[in-house]
Amino acid sequence: MSISRRKFLGWIGAAGLATTVGCRAEAAGKHFTGYPGSGGVLHDATLCIGCRVCEAACNEVNNLPEPEKPFKDQAVLENRRRTDAKAYTIVNKYEAGRDAGKPLFRKNQCNHCLEPACASACFVEAFTKTPSGAVVYDPSVCVGCRYCMIACPFEIPAYEYDNATTPVVQKCTMCHPRLQKGKLPGCVEKCPTESLAYGERKDLIRIARERIRKHPERYVDHIYGEHEMGGTSWLYLSGVPFTQVGLREDLGVTPAPQLTKGALGAVPMVVGLWPVFLTGVWAMSKRKEKIASEEQQDAVTAAIELANGEAAEKLAAAMEKAEKDKETAIEKEVKKAVEEAEKAWEEKAASAGEEPDAGAQDEEEES
Amino acid sequence: MSDHAATDSKSYLTTFNVIAGIIVIFGLIATIMRFTGGLGAVTNLSDYNPWGIWIGFDLLCGVALAAGGYVTSAACYIFGMKRFHSAVRPAILTGFLGYSLVFLALLYDVGRPFRLVLAYPFVVQQGTSSLLFEVGLCVALYLNVLFLEFCPAALEWLGIRKLRDILVKITMVLTIFGVVLSTLHQSSLGALYLIAPAKLHPLWYSQYIPVYFFVSSVIAGLSMVLFESTLAHKYFHHKMDETHLGESDGLTMGFGKAAAIVLAGYFTIKVIGIAADNNWHHLATGWGAWYLVELIGFIALPCFLFAMGVRDGNLKLIRYTAAWTVLGIIVNRLNVSVIAFNYHLPAADRYFPHFWEIVTSVFIVTVGILAYRFIVNNMPVLYEHPEYKEEH
Repeated sequence: MSISRRKFLGWIGAAGLATTVGCRAEAAGKHFTGYPGSGGVLHDATLCIGCRVCEAACNEVNNLPEPEKPFKDQAVLENRRRTDAKAYTIVNKYEAGRDAGKPLFRKNQCNHCLEPACASACFVEAFTKTPSGAVVYDPSVCVGCRYCMIACPFEIPAYEYDNATTPVVQKCTMCHPRLQKGKLPGCVEKCPTESLAYGERKDLIRIARERIRKHPERYVDHIYGEHEMGGTSWLYLSGVPFTQVGLREDLGVTPAPQLTKGALGAVPMVVGLWPVFLTGVWAMSKRKEKIASEEQQDAVTAAIELANGEAAEKLAAAMEKAEKDKETAIEKEVKKAVEEAEKAWEEKAASAGEEPDAGAQDEEEES
Repeated sequence: MSDHAATDSKSYLTTFNVIAGIIVIFGLIATIMRFTGGLGAVTNLSDYNPWGIWIGFDLLCGVALAAGGYVTSAACYIFGMKRFHSAVRPAILTGFLGYSLVFLALLYDVGRPFRLVLAYPFVVQQGTSSLLFEVGLCVALYLNVLFLEFCPAALEWLGIRKLRDILVKITMVLTIFGVVLSTLHQSSLGALYLIAPAKLHPLWYSQYIPVYFFVSSVIAGLSMVLFESTLAHKYFHHKMDETHLGESDGLTMGFGKAAAIVLAGYFTIKVIGIAADNNWHHLATGWGAWYLVELIGFIALPCFLFAMGVRDGNLKLIRYTAAWTVLGIIVNRLNVSVIAFNYHLPAADRYFPHFWEIVTSVFIVTVGILAYRFIVNNMPVLYEHPEYKEEH
C-alpha cells in the first residue's frame, strides 16, 4: 500500500520535471508572420557605397549627440564598429567582395524582429512591436537590467553606461514617430543610391525576390531577415554570403520567445505539483515516524508484559514456596507441641501410674 | 552571551577587522563612484557585454550558494531528517544573508535601482514572457520567506515569544513555499540564457540548462552548508551548544553522502546533454578542454571524493571536497555568464572585470561576513536559546 503510493508520487514528480524540459520541440506550431500591412526596410548591400549619409541623417532626426569624427570622414570605416548609445545605425566596410579589391558595405541597425527577443526578455515590457513594424522602447518603465542586450541575437541595443542617474537603452526606432506622421525613416529618405527602400514588408520580399530572379549573378539567393529568428522587418540582399558582411547565418529560424517557452510553461506545473509532491514526502516521513514510534511503543508494552509475566510467575512460585514453608512450619510446630504434650503426659503418667495412652503410642509409631 | 561584549571591546584591532575595514572603505569609494559616475566609471561593461561579474558572481553564484537554506530545511522538515535540525538555522541565516546581498548587488548593477526598490514598473507592467520576471518575483518572495524563517532566532534574541511561536507554527508551510520558489528561480537563472543560443558556447548552452542550474543548486547548498560549518567550527566554536557539536559529524557524513549522490546525477545529465545536442566534437577543442575541466575536475572528482570520504568516515576529506565543490559551482556560473558567453567575439570585444567591479564584489561578500558574525555572536543560531530548548 505504502509502496504504491510512493510510486504514484514519484510519477507525479517525474511528470513535473518532464514538463520543465520537454516543451521546446512542440512550440513551432504557430508562426507569427507580422502585423498585416506592417512596414519594413529592404537594404540592398550591393548598392551601398559606404557614404555614411544614412548615419548623419539618423543622427539628425533622432537628435543624437555630435560624433567625435564628422560623418564625412571615411577613415572611420577602417574600423569595425557597432551600434551604441550615440549611434543607432552604422555602416561597416567588408573586404570580401566577389571582385577582389572592391570593398563591400553594409548598414547595421535594429532589425525590428517580428517576434523580438528584447521584448520577450524584458521583465517590465518596455519593448513593443507596433503594428507599423517598428519595435519601440519605453524608457519610463525601464529598470536598466540590460537583459534585452543579452537576448538580442543581432547585438543591437546599447546602454548609456556613463549616465549615472537616468540611463536608458538606445536603439533604432525605425523612426516610428516619423512613420506616424507619414514620413520615411531618416536613413531611407537620405540614401543617395536606393540601397535602402521602405515599404510594406510583404512587398519588399516580393521586390527582393524579383531582383534575385533578374540578376542571379549579382545576388546570393537568400533574403536575410525573411526567416532569421522568425523573421525581421528589416531585410537584406547581398552579393556575398551574409556572414562575410557581418550577418550571422547560424541564428536559425526559431523566434526568440519560442526558446524560453518550455521553461516558462513549466513554472505553473512546478507551482501546482511541487507542493503536492513535497507534502507527500512529508506525510510519508511523518507516517514512517509514527509507525516507528508505534512499533517502539508496542515493543515496550510487550517487554513490560513479558517482564510482568515473569514477575508474576516468580511471585507465584515464591508464594507457593512460602505456603509450603508455612505448612511445614505449622506441621513442625504441631508435632513439637504434640511431642511436648506427650512428654508431659508420659512424665505425668510415670509419676501418676503405669497406664500409657494408646493414641500417643500410635503417633509415636507414625513418626 | 554577556561575556562576549567584554572580549569584543578590548580587541577591535584584529587582523580580520583591519582587513575588513579596508575593504569596506574601498567598497564605499566604489559605491560613491558608481552612483555619481554611472556604471561606466567603475565597470568594464560594454554594449557587447552588458552583464559582468556583478551578475555572474554576485547574482548567479550568490543565489546558488545561498541554496543551503532550502536544502537543509527541506531535509530536516520535509524529508524528516531531524538529526540535521541544528544545521537549519545557520543555513537559513546564510541563505537570508546571501539573498539580501544578491539584492544589494543588483542595486549596483541595474541602471535605475530606485525602480527596483519601489518595484513600481515591475508590478504595473508585468513582463510575464520574461524569465527575468520570474526570477525577480521568486527571489523577492523567497527573500521574504527566508526573512520569516530566520525571524524566530531574532525574536528569541529580542525576547518576543508570542510572535516567535506563531512563526514556528508555520515552519512547514514556509519550508514548502521556500522549496517551490527555490526550484523555480534556481532553474530560471539558468533559463535566462535559453534566449541566447547564438552567444553562449554550445557546450554550456543546452535545453536542459534550467535543470542543470536547479540540480547544481542542490549540490551548492549541500557543499556550502559543509563549507560554512567548517569555517564556523573554526571561528565560532565557543558559540555552539552540545546539540550542535554532537550533530555536526553526522551532518558532515549525511550531507557528504547526499552531495555524492546528487553529483553523480548531475554528471549523468550533463553527459546526456552533450549527447542530446550531439556536442561530442566540441570536446576536442580548446573550449572542450575547459568544459572537461569542469565536468571531470569539478563534478566527477568531488563526487568520487565525497563517496570515498563517506565510505572511510573521513570527515576532513569531506570538508575539503565541499570547499572544492563550492569552487566548482562558481566556475560553472562564471562559465555560463562570462567565460563561455560571447565566445564568438574577438578578444578585443570580450569582457574582463574592472578593478572597481572586483572591489565591489569583495565588498559585498565582506558585508555578508560581518553581518553573519554579528548575528552569530548575538542571536541563537549555533545554539538553542535556553528558554526555547524544550521545543522542536
